[in-house]
Amino acid sequence: MAGAVLRAAAGVARFLYGFVVGDDWRAALAMLLALVITALFVVNGVNAWWLVPLLAVVMTGVSLRRQARR
Amino acid sequence: MTGAAVVVVTTFLASSVEAIEMVTIVLGVGATRGWRSTLAGAGAGFAILAVVIAAMGVALTAIPIGPLRVLVGTLLLLFGLQWFRKGIARVAARGLAGYQWHDGGEAPPPAAGLDWTAFVLAFKGVLLEGLEVAFIVVTFGATARMLGPAIFAGAAAVVVIGGIGLALHRVVSRIPRSLLQLIVGTLLTSFGTFWALEGLGVEWPQSDADIALLLTFYSLAALAYIGLERRAHARALEAA
Repeated sequence: MAGAVLRAAAGVARFLYGFVVGDDWRAALAMLLALVITALFVVNGVNAWWLVPLLAVVMTGVSLRRQARR
Repeated sequence: MTGAAVVVVTTFLASSVEAIEMVTIVLGVGATRGWRSTLAGAGAGFAILAVVIAAMGVALTAIPIGPLRVLVGTLLLLFGLQWFRKGIARVAARGLAGYQWHDGGEAPPPAAGLDWTAFVLAFKGVLLEGLEVAFIVVTFGATARMLGPAIFAGAAAVVVIGGIGLALHRVVSRIPRSLLQLIVGTLLTSFGTFWALEGLGVEWPQSDADIALLLTFYSLAALAYIGLERRAHARALEAA
């Protein structure tokens, strides 16, 4: 019983990791940091709507380059 | 125009914007990952939505939509960027020839059982957008003291846009999978960016119209990267 629960939990964790992080943890981490920095900007009165789209495009390029080098 | 007609038209148009976002996600995910799990996720989203609406009624506006937008938007952004990147790489490498699921280490939808990726994407899209439609209905309906016409208009918007999506699903399914993955990745990234930032308190300069600008921005970036990838591939072939 405990084994089945552990296996199920591991399966859920694997799914969530694949869904959220995928094959490039650096890109996912960079986007999370961009969201945190945007929140800090907003709290301080700066409407930083441009940061996340810009970083998303930059990180896509970085990720594609890294993939091409593999 | 009578007061009721104004409420119906306004609520229908506002709800249609949210319904288009909902149907776009369901349509794109269904065509890419398969319809069974996508429709199961959409159905589960509608079921939860119905329970929440029935339980809360007009008190629905008390739900903190901001944190929900941040959560759903962040998840869609992170997942959408993965498909965005894979779509660019595949279209650059093979054009519109399509791809096999094992290319790039991506897990295919399971032959039997539930495809959780499709289920979760459709579920989140329906739940968040459905809640937004419900908010619009309650806000317009309660303000004008015409909840009945507002409910009719909100439901009509979901049915009409859903019907258009149903009519389009065969056309969408004929799009080559590599291109479809890029299109859906671009859509999920755009919606995810918009919702996550809106939830964080960012004010979009052109409000909902900025979704179209985000779509244009990410599409142009994808085209630029496809060109760069192709050029790099050609150079590598010449050097070999």
